[in-house]
Amino acid sequence: MNYILSHPSEIANSAVLHMWMVGVAMLVAIVIGVPLGILMTRYRRLRPAILGSANIIQTIPSLALFGFLLPAPWLGDRAYRIAIVTLALYALLPIVRNTFQGITGVDPAVREAAEGMGLTRRQLLWQVELPLSAGVIMAGIRTATVISVGVATIAAAIGAGGLGEFIFRGLAMVNNQLILAGALPAAALALASDLILGWLQGRLTPPHA
Amino acid sequence: MPDPPANSNDARNAVIEFRGVSYRPSNGQAVLEDMNLTVEGGETLMLLGRSGSGKTTSLKLINRLIQQSSGDVLVEGRSTAEWDLIQLRRRIGYVIQEAGLFPHYTVAKNVGVVLRLEGRSKDEIRRRTEEMLRMVDLDPSQFADRYPYQLSGGQRQRVGVARALAADPPMLLMDEPFGALDPLSRSELQQHFLRMREQLHKTIILVTHDVREALLLGTRIALLESGKLLGIYTPEQFRNSKDPAIRAYLEPFAMLDGDGEMGKTR
Repeated sequence: MNYILSHPSEIANSAVLHMWMVGVAMLVAIVIGVPLGILMTRYRRLRPAILGSANIIQTIPSLALFGFLLPAPWLGDRAYRIAIVTLALYALLPIVRNTFQGITGVDPAVREAAEGMGLTRRQLLWQVELPLSAGVIMAGIRTATVISVGVATIAAAIGAGGLGEFIFRGLAMVNNQLILAGALPAAALALASDLILGWLQGRLTPPHA
Repeated sequence: MPDPPANSNDARNAVIEFRGVSYRPSNGQAVLEDMNLTVEGGETLMLLGRSGSGKTTSLKLINRLIQQSSGDVLVEGRSTAEWDLIQLRRRIGYVIQEAGLFPHYTVAKNVGVVLRLEGRSKDEIRRRTEEMLRMVDLDPSQFADRYPYQLSGGQRQRVGVARALAADPPMLLMDEPFGALDPLSRSELQQHFLRMREQLHKTIILVTHDVREALLLGTRIALLESGKLLGIYTPEQFRNSKDPAIRAYLEPFAMLDGDGEMGKTR
């Protein structure tokens, strides 16, 4: 604990950078993942391709994915860019899958009534399907975020900074205090994200019988 | 008086016609075969038949939730294929068995859905919503802000009817609207339906498998079996028919009613 107590601002700065990377990555993943999930509900044929790709990305070890992107143009110029892209790629699967499941899980009677009343496809999506699946989609975002907070510590290996810094330095110096200085705040952030997004998920889930 | 304008909500020009309509799902056998049927303005036509007879299919062909494989369905003299899909559906109220209320909307918001989509003013939507709720015997001050899960099955169904009628469509399709209710609520809603119909003059097509309901509510009854229309009868003709297919519907109740007067008293 000594190190944590003696370097509060250093740790706080790293934590802010850490969460900034995770936050941007989540926004990117949502902007890409939710439309992909919707697309899957509209075009049956796209399903295996989209889910398959997201699945394959998930199977690549994160350290390797960070490494693969190092030589990429523009991305490779800044380590945090690589970190954000990698985290976003990892987040795709839970977000895409939950969006798809949320929308296909809408009560068929509700959809039939909506169509019968003359809602357009767009109105059906924005007024019925998305509001009713918002809780499920948020659950996917929550899962993705918690995973990302952990994976982001590995981004320090390519020099992206964040709380992983302390962990890698601690590993190199065989200094447990240093490792804890990265690991404890990272765990706390993961827990806090889980709680906050869980609360949001509850708020977004429509009332049920 | 000249002819009423084409967009009038008067039931007189709200006519539905089936011309040699068949429906065959892409990988199955025919659900509906060579259906010919004319629905007159202002009548309540009951589509009666067992499960799988094609009655719900017929209903969904009218608002084009599904499309026929061959033949033509005409609504107000125009083939449904030529109608703008959204306009067609806005002219036809639609009520289904489980009501299909939007669970994330309050009762008032559910009833006002179509009005809001049509861009009516807030004041008008509120006025009309309250009027509709009163029409189906739900006190607006008590029910407007509730959510569907806070209602009984019968109340949900009333909201479903109010929602379907809010934009005053000339035609109304009802798919077993009272099917999921307990007998008391069902009877109550059926009586209510009869009173409401007096005031509204809509062209109504109602799907049911309940012969008593068909006799009670229908001005005419279309009997379907295995995708074929067996015939169209007034309740009187239906009750007195010697046709074995019709007797099969009536006999289970003959013992109960004693004199075949079923459907008349209630």
